[in-house]
Amino acid sequence: MLYGGPLKHFCVPGMNCYSCPGALGACPVGALQNALTARRRRFPFYVFGYLLAAGVIAGRFICGWLCLFGLVQELLYKIPVPKIRIPEKIDRKLRYLKYAVLVVLVIGLPLFWRSPYGSGTPFFCKFLCPVGTLEGGVPLVLLNRALRPALGWLFRWKMLLLLLCVLSSMVIYRPFCKYICPLGAFYSLFQKISVVRIEVNTDACIRCGTCAGACAMNVRPDQAPNSTECIRCGECIRACPAGALSFSCAGKEILGSGKKQRKKVTVK
Amino acid sequence: MKEKQRKTGTMLVLAAALGMCIFGAVNGEAEEVFLKAVKICMECIGLG
Repeated sequence: MLYGGPLKHFCVPGMNCYSCPGALGACPVGALQNALTARRRRFPFYVFGYLLAAGVIAGRFICGWLCLFGLVQELLYKIPVPKIRIPEKIDRKLRYLKYAVLVVLVIGLPLFWRSPYGSGTPFFCKFLCPVGTLEGGVPLVLLNRALRPALGWLFRWKMLLLLLCVLSSMVIYRPFCKYICPLGAFYSLFQKISVVRIEVNTDACIRCGTCAGACAMNVRPDQAPNSTECIRCGECIRACPAGALSFSCAGKEILGSGKKQRKKVTVK
Repeated sequence: MKEKQRKTGTMLVLAAALGMCIFGAVNGEAEEVFLKAVKICMECIGLG
């Protein structure tokens, strides 16, 4: 039922449950937890190196452009229902939650909470990840009658979390990416040094704030173009009336708004 | 952050990342990823 070809030696950069019948690659968070829960403790060089490389090359550009679950949330947000804007104070605090998920559920507990037989439990995958439920659990249970008698409280708990995620995604922009995703949390650590980034031409910027208004992640691209919360969706680049923002790769502009940059005029 | 420092940091982290990937793959970690990814992960789908 699952693809079993050689591509599964490699992780994909975004959240992608490897139990999904359509998955061609491995999930980086799942692979990391699998390595951490092994009986024989050793540093997961392969997966950690992969995550490090993906983070330093693209940062959260992956969240904006390469994550399937991000796309699902993006599409759900397009459903025309009233939207909720979380107050800034609460929003700012909630954003730290994803770092706690990364440190506690993805790394800490799988590494240190051991069964009497010496193996750990992938806490994030098992108790929290709605991606596994959506991409793996639901299709596998629908396609495979033999799995249905095994459904218990854990499946119901994960379905509840998935439902919460789906409903909240309709009213809040990418709530899982903003508050929960441990992969986004990891990649965000490399935003400041990543190869793909957003650049501001400070001479062309007219400080009108249009970019901040266009940003659904509540970032000020003119002041912090490589903020840890920026998923590099490019909306600010498109919105900038002065053409002051652009994507750059290794210091070279690769994609601007196509607008002619204005020269800054100093009034004496 | 100065541009030169940033670029140096990027190159160092990237080199370390590629080194870790190669080291891990040589030590059979890619095979472990493969073996986990080709089977249904019961925990991931909520059955484990």
